Amino acid sequence: MNIYAENILDHYWHPRNKTHPLPAENIKDGGRVTHEEINESCGDSLAIRLTISAGRIASIQWDGSGCAISQAAISMLSEELAGKSIADAESIKKDDVYSLLGVPIGPRRVKCALLGLHALKNAIKKFKGEPPTGWNDTAGSSV
Amino acid sequence: MLDTASIRRQFPIFSRKIGGRPLIYLDSAATSQKPLAVLDRMRKFYEEDNANVHRGMHELAERSTAAYEGARTAVHEFLNTRYPEEIIFTGNCTEAVNLVARSWGRAHLREGDAVVLSALEHHSNVVPWLQLKEELGVEVKWIDCDDHGRLRIDMLDAFLREGNVKLVSVTAQSNVLGVRPPLGDIIATAHAHRALALVDAAQSVSHHPTDVQALDCDFLAFSGHKLYGPSGIGVLYGKREHLESMPPFLGGGMMIREVYRDRFTPADIPQKFEAGTPPIAEAAGLAAAIRWLGQFSWENVENYERALLRSAWEALSSVNGLTVLGPGSSSPRLCSGLSDGMDSDVSGCLSFVVTGVHPHDLTEILGCRGICLRAGHHCAQPLHRQLGVTASTRLSVGIYNTVEEIKLAGQAIADAAGALRP
Ligand SMILES: Cc1ncc(COP(=O)(O)O)c(C=O)c1O
Repeated sequence: MNIYAENILDHYWHPRNKTHPLPAENIKDGGRVTHEEINESCGDSLAIRLTISAGRIASIQWDGSGCAISQAAISMLSEELAGKSIADAESIKKDDVYSLLGVPIGPRRVKCALLGLHALKNAIKKFKGEPPTGWNDTAGSSV
Repeated sequence: MLDTASIRRQFPIFSRKIGGRPLIYLDSAATSQKPLAVLDRMRKFYEEDNANVHRGMHELAERSTAAYEGARTAVHEFLNTRYPEEIIFTGNCTEAVNLVARSWGRAHLREGDAVVLSALEHHSNVVPWLQLKEELGVEVKWIDCDDHGRLRIDMLDAFLREGNVKLVSVTAQSNVLGVRPPLGDIIATAHAHRALALVDAAQSVSHHPTDVQALDCDFLAFSGHKLYGPSGIGVLYGKREHLESMPPFLGGGMMIREVYRDRFTPADIPQKFEAGTPPIAEAAGLAAAIRWLGQFSWENVENYERALLRSAWEALSSVNGLTVLGPGSSSPRLCSGLSDGMDSDVSGCLSFVVTGVHPHDLTEILGCRGICLRAGHHCAQPLHRQLGVTASTRLSVGIYNTVEEIKLAGQAIADAAGALRP
């Protein structure tokens, strides 16, 4: 099956909630957190910026360059996240991202597909003052 | 002239289909495919000769030791080293560079000493030196390159004049741009300032002859698997006087002369640096690869691969939005240079970027058509950063590739790029 399905290319060409460049972080502003993750295999980086109010994600912005899969995944995820509680956002699993994408993700594309989720997880950790988790937690130990 | 049809028949993998299409393998810079001569030799070793080396008086131990030491002689001749014991077998090129950093580096470098690298280096010739920087406070200095991948040799001169440079460690051939720095000049200049020179020959050994005595380098490293040989074996060449003055790298069996409860004395070179059971079948396979490649003249190999690269450059430069990195970037220097036979400093591979098309997406689509190219930073992040791109796509060749394959790949790249752009 062709993984470059229409919806993937649509999000790739017209990414939702992508903001370039992300506004600089205001340290005093406790309701915002920005976090960046890197896919070491290609060097792509993706930064995510959450605005959190009353325990909910009020808005999500992201920036970064990457392949169609990583860009579509974060674009779709960002639409999914708006209004979600932190607890709901934390419970998002890799399989949820795969079903958003709706195309088969083979082992070599796992990190592309999950870069956005990994950045999201660690953005929330950062917001809560917890240490970041590694890729094994986001993607399983196969990558 | 190379008989490519006959060469290809010697590589079983080329009879394989991917998704019903013939395999087009343009990723030899990552690892080359293996001819039957290598596969057969390794199988024969396990079926007929297998035993540990330098241990035991039985017939098999003698045969395996002969195979292993015979491989050392083969590499000694291949590199034209002065003595066979200047050849150390390691696991790969990376381990060979680490051996120099850990053994020579720790013994000879102090805080404030400097190691000079070039912007072209693979991470395996970067990180071991950064580790020494962290550990010992050694300075790591970088020779920049211009957009064509040419090194700023004036920077090397300036670094050397500062007087604290102890080692210049450079690639013989970039694994991204294919450019070949002027090694002879670099090594002579280093020596004039009493610095040693290490050559990372991982990419060059399968494309050009290597003569360490002519180069006069102090160390040279490569991997068997990029030379039509097996993975799991690498080579470090070191001048005998250096190797003799260096402490052992890993400790264990084989590398010792005597062991007491409180001390040990190391073996002589090369065993001093070969702790534990070495890659024996792999050594036999590497020797077979060297013998196999040796049936072709270097002149034929170089001419043939130059023609392949020229056709690659032509195919790529006609793709809309595609930019070849390095020598082919702004002007068709590579192309014109190649066609008038003057430019011999690019070989093995070309890397490129396509506007609006990520290398992962491009190579994924090509992969579905059985066409294997590599995408990413190719373990050369400092170089990509200098060139201002995150990742690129690399097309690399071996003597089994054909112009037809390259044309098919060029067409497929154009198609894929078209499909990925709005
Ligand atoms: C220029 C260069 N140096 C070193 C290496 C490392 O080789 P290996 O991974 O076999 O140790 C490579 C291979 O990717 C290379 O291209």
